[in-house]
Amino acid sequence: MSQNKVVENNYEPIKKVSIIVSKGSLEGVYPGLIMANGARMEGIEANLFFTFFGMEAIINKKMDHLKVATVGNPAMHMPTLIGSLPGMSALATHMMEKEMEKIDIPPVREFLEMIHDAGCNIYACKASVDMFHLKKSDFCEQVDDIITVGEFYEKSAGASIIFT
Amino acid sequence: MSNAAAEKIILGKTLAIDADGNLVNMADWNEEIAGELAKEEGIAELNGQHWQVINFMRKVYSETGDSSSIRKLTKESGVDTKTLYALFPKGPAKKAARIAGLPKPKGCI
Repeated sequence: MSQNKVVENNYEPIKKVSIIVSKGSLEGVYPGLIMANGARMEGIEANLFFTFFGMEAIINKKMDHLKVATVGNPAMHMPTLIGSLPGMSALATHMMEKEMEKIDIPPVREFLEMIHDAGCNIYACKASVDMFHLKKSDFCEQVDDIITVGEFYEKSAGASIIFT
Repeated sequence: MSNAAAEKIILGKTLAIDADGNLVNMADWNEEIAGELAKEEGIAELNGQHWQVINFMRKVYSETGDSSSIRKLTKESGVDTKTLYALFPKGPAKKAARIAGLPKPKGCI
């Protein structure tokens, strides 16, 4: 008998993932980070690609201040007028961060360091960088490169692509 | 504690293992068995840093009943993320837990 887990099916295990983060809210950024870290923890090769507002998570001046959206999110179960009050987003963000810390989910900057140290490559999207007039020096040091969509596909050879 | 799914003979001892192949009884574990489990994971010999991680995990498990997440290992074991992945390639938290005779970590991080 094999010492490893009994194989329950004949599917090929996932070997590589390319994860795209396209949203800049706290709840928009975390799923991609959790999936990238989770992939590395399972020995799966991983690339993280940040595009459009998803780049907020890797911009040095912004990454420590991401907020939960309290308006336009029916799952928050908060009336739009209340969600739009000053400080509401900050309050919801604070509460969510507290809950995340309890289950060992690190803040964005620490999480990116962990993911990068775990061997996941981190990229920013060239089109978005040009559009927002950004430079490599605007990003945290974990960003390996600014790449085009073509290069993203090249680096994703053999990978499952996950868009968040 | 997880349920026994099978038995396995390591160094002449018959031990209960769970569905993930991890030891069911923490008390069945000793350093020689850790060495054998490490070999199964492709680690020929456990060095001082491996032991630092294994001992940390066993300590945390005996205090909390949970196998450590990768973040807890990174922050508190004294071994950083890069080194953890070098010591236990392809899945440090999962592999270290198995070698430490503990169930696989339950958290997502």
